[in-house]
Amino acid sequence: MSRIVIDSEKCKACYLCVKECPKKLIKISDKTNKLGDRIVEFVDPEGVCLGCAMCANRCPDLAIREVYKG
Amino acid sequence: METQVFKVPDSFKKDFKYTFCPGCDHGVAIRLVAEVMDELGIRENTIAATSIGCSVTIYDFLNIDAIEAPHGRALAVATGVKRATPDKFVFTYQGDGDFASIGLAESLHSALRGECLSSICINNTTYGMTGGQLGPTTLLGQVTTTSPTGRNVEYYGYPIKIAEHVALCDGTAFSARVSLDTIANIRKAKQAIKKAFEVQLNGLGFGFVEILSTCPTNWRMSPEKAHERVRNEMMPIFVPGIYKDITSKGNN
Repeated sequence: MSRIVIDSEKCKACYLCVKECPKKLIKISDKTNKLGDRIVEFVDPEGVCLGCAMCANRCPDLAIREVYKG
Repeated sequence: METQVFKVPDSFKKDFKYTFCPGCDHGVAIRLVAEVMDELGIRENTIAATSIGCSVTIYDFLNIDAIEAPHGRALAVATGVKRATPDKFVFTYQGDGDFASIGLAESLHSALRGECLSSICINNTTYGMTGGQLGPTTLLGQVTTTSPTGRNVEYYGYPIKIAEHVALCDGTAFSARVSLDTIANIRKAKQAIKKAFEVQLNGLGFGFVEILSTCPTNWRMSPEKAHERVRNEMMPIFVPGIYKDITSKGNN
């Protein structure tokens, strides 16, 4: 099962990854980080993540720091 | 069985954190530079000459040696570094105001001398760090803090097309313009940066990449809208492509 690892302290809430995910698995969360930004979270209950790493390639702040394809 | 398909490049410092505005493409550009340095295995042997502007902060994030140049003189400083230590890999990371306005003479003459250097220029059509003033690449009609009615030809003249100018220099080995608006273009940008680094490593001459980037803060746009602006307004004027590559068969 593919998955991504998000470093929420690096997220600056630009939400470019939300639009980039082809399966729309990245959602805007209610939680905030130290900057006070509403961070993104990875929601994939059905395990449909492709592991394409497009979100990580798009993220300007390297907040999506790891992508595993499985 | 999981395989890791993406990781933070090893060339970054531990616990770095970008200080750019949300959605700024500088972050992607620096990541591509780091990935290329990882792939070529040149991090230990690299010296960067940095500029003035948002691009200066590259040495806060990358685990490389760097020297700070006066405004616009990054390629002049890099020339000295490269001539004193020819076995080192030397590159500059500059903005368009630094490369093409105050430093245009130093930049173009480095290309004309055919210095074995690599240079990356971030083109966001404005002076980002100082508050969005009109720069050398500002598009016609673009509203900035110093052109409140939009850039007009009568008063301000035309924007400069950097990649074409560098390609006209005989010492240039590689000159390209790339964009970061889509994932496909980000991959092309990485290939162009790799090529610009390789021409230096092979001693062929000056390698140059102009990267069309966003400045959501000074453009007063969301990061997503800023990418649409790159696609719809910048790319028809600043056409992406490879303008010179002496290693290709056609010698374009």
